[in-house]
Amino acid sequence: MEFMNPGAFKANAREALTDENLRSAMGQLAAGFVPLRQAAVDRLPEFDLLRERARELKDHILANLDFYLERFERNCTAAGGQVHWCATAEDARQAVLAICRTVDAKTATKGKSMIAEEIGLNPFLENHGIEPVETDLGEYIIQLADEPPSHIIGPAVHKTKDQVSDLFLHHHRKHGRTERQTEPAKMVAEAREILRQRYLDADVGITGANYLIAETGSSVIVTNEGNGDLTQTLPKIHIVVTSLEKVVPTLEDMTTFLRLLARSATGQEFSAYTTISTGPRRPDDPDGPGEFHVVILDNGRSAMLGGEVQDMLRCIRCGACMNHCPVYHSVGGHSYGAVYVGPMGAVLTPSLLGIAETRHLPCASMLCGRCEEVCPMQIPLPRLLRHWRERAFEGDGVPAAERWGLSIWAWFARRPWLYGQGARLAVRLLRYLGRERGRLGKLWGAGGWTDGRDLPAPEGRTFQELWRQRRGKGGAA
Amino acid sequence: MARRGDPGREAIFAAIRQSLGRPAHSAEARRELDDHIGKHRANLIPQRGKGDGKELVDRFRAMAEAAACTVRTVAAEAEVPGAVADYLRENNLSTRITLAPDSWLSGLDWASQPMLETRGGPARNEDEVAVTPAFAAVAETGTLVALSGPDHPTTLNFMPASHVVALRASQVVGAYEEVWQQLRKATKKGRGFAMPRAVNMITGPSRTADIALTIQLGAHGPRDLHIVLIDDQAGQE
Repeated sequence: MEFMNPGAFKANAREALTDENLRSAMGQLAAGFVPLRQAAVDRLPEFDLLRERARELKDHILANLDFYLERFERNCTAAGGQVHWCATAEDARQAVLAICRTVDAKTATKGKSMIAEEIGLNPFLENHGIEPVETDLGEYIIQLADEPPSHIIGPAVHKTKDQVSDLFLHHHRKHGRTERQTEPAKMVAEAREILRQRYLDADVGITGANYLIAETGSSVIVTNEGNGDLTQTLPKIHIVVTSLEKVVPTLEDMTTFLRLLARSATGQEFSAYTTISTGPRRPDDPDGPGEFHVVILDNGRSAMLGGEVQDMLRCIRCGACMNHCPVYHSVGGHSYGAVYVGPMGAVLTPSLLGIAETRHLPCASMLCGRCEEVCPMQIPLPRLLRHWRERAFEGDGVPAAERWGLSIWAWFARRPWLYGQGARLAVRLLRYLGRERGRLGKLWGAGGWTDGRDLPAPEGRTFQELWRQRRGKGGAA
Repeated sequence: MARRGDPGREAIFAAIRQSLGRPAHSAEARRELDDHIGKHRANLIPQRGKGDGKELVDRFRAMAEAAACTVRTVAAEAEVPGAVADYLRENNLSTRITLAPDSWLSGLDWASQPMLETRGGPARNEDEVAVTPAFAAVAETGTLVALSGPDHPTTLNFMPASHVVALRASQVVGAYEEVWQQLRKATKKGRGFAMPRAVNMITGPSRTADIALTIQLGAHGPRDLHIVLIDDQAGQE
């Protein structure tokens, strides 16, 4: 598996399809999240109306993004916070490092943050002598395994319980643990005890943000474990790493998105902890960080505004699209070779990195449309995937066979009579070739299909012929 | 610090405006958007966030229990220390408790429960049980809302393994939006309001499903969240 190389998608996917552990983990994911989400949606009759409102609201925010960001900055600063604007990932890494250096930080605890993943914060901090300690249990597991997340809300969802047992046994020896735990409750308790000391020792706590609130200058995190809260409350400094499109006008507006988030993500009515943080510790506060920094990243997002992929900026990172994606279920998150995976990643990654290196990702979809059906923000993911497929075809790097094949098909498709005749001929030929078994085990030029499975032989008539026949019988036109 | 003239900042704002194909907002457009913020309009409140006192309290209780809280109702606030002591004893929990230094909560007659050993202040790592008040509670999802401040250290909500919250039934509202209105009123300052450093919305104990998608309580925060609900609404309606 080649992590963080979207060009390796095909090779990664081939490897993933034969990985028994991954199959078992992905099976559990589909069986778990899909019915849980549906049940939560069924319990809230206003769910679809909320989606409409949330989409309208986010479109309004994006259309006035500069205004709301200025308001956020003004109010965050008034509350004693510091805002750092970062055009690129490198700017953001340097901003975080500069803050850490002011207290000569040795360790930084981290709540789960996709932006931190996007800017590659952990390896950067390590290279500069600061140990990053992931505290979300899923992030902690993949940090031990030295892997990137494979899901935006369940980073270790590809790991089986046995694999986690082995990881804990191996890495917890240095904390004096020598017994291999196999019960999830005991494993969680062991990680809790080890991480508790890390929170207390950390100089800096780094979290992401689900929202930035313009009217109050606050950042908001949503977690279930409470790890984000310990991360940001105990150290001297709290750094929020986030991106521009997270800003919302008011507490009421945040509330609308919150009503959709947990239900879409895990099927919970509400996550266990939603925390609104505003500025550093007040003079009479008994606890909390002495400094509050918000690092706001652009990294290609401003260029998505006003164009065909702007809709992707509505994403609230619930993960419903990947939880419902048959391709994601088959190949898992690592195959995408990118920070953002599944359908949302297949649209966002080309938007952030360019289509040249990422051209396989929008093709990692059957365009079945389930992602759009479950997206709480009504992002037209299939349309955006098609958009990137078209851009990929226009660019370089498309193999000659693919380009020629599509050109030939397009030539016929624009000549309906000829297309019909060609299809008739092909269908009858395939029927003849598969006449004995009703399916084809090998077909020249279609090895990509027949190497892995048989191709069912057509029954003998084309769709157009059947359509004409049914219409002739007075069926629905 | 946010700096006007910060080249990174200016470049980002210029890029946003270029993509949107328009200059910065005019003074009038800003006023309109500021007015929009100032109205604090609710977008859509589900039916389940509406109702009268008793109905909302029952819904809060049902939703909190569905989120793995336990709830015990007492008839008067004087019964809170006894209810806390009972809960700790029944569940074999430590009887050393850390009380939020809130005047109402610490004013209750804790001395009436000689088995309890109480202290106040922010949480220490060895603390096992925290007892705190709440600012409000939301029926919609069984959510408690706590505000940080000298009377309520944030660490009490997260560090000890058990969290007990003393809540008056009259503090239960239907929807989150009502909490925001109350919050603005309670922290009014000049023409605006002063957010506390932390507003914690808490729905059940800490949990994780990161190991094989099985739910485990007490990932980093409390393993159990117990609510002592004071029935102070009798005769109010």
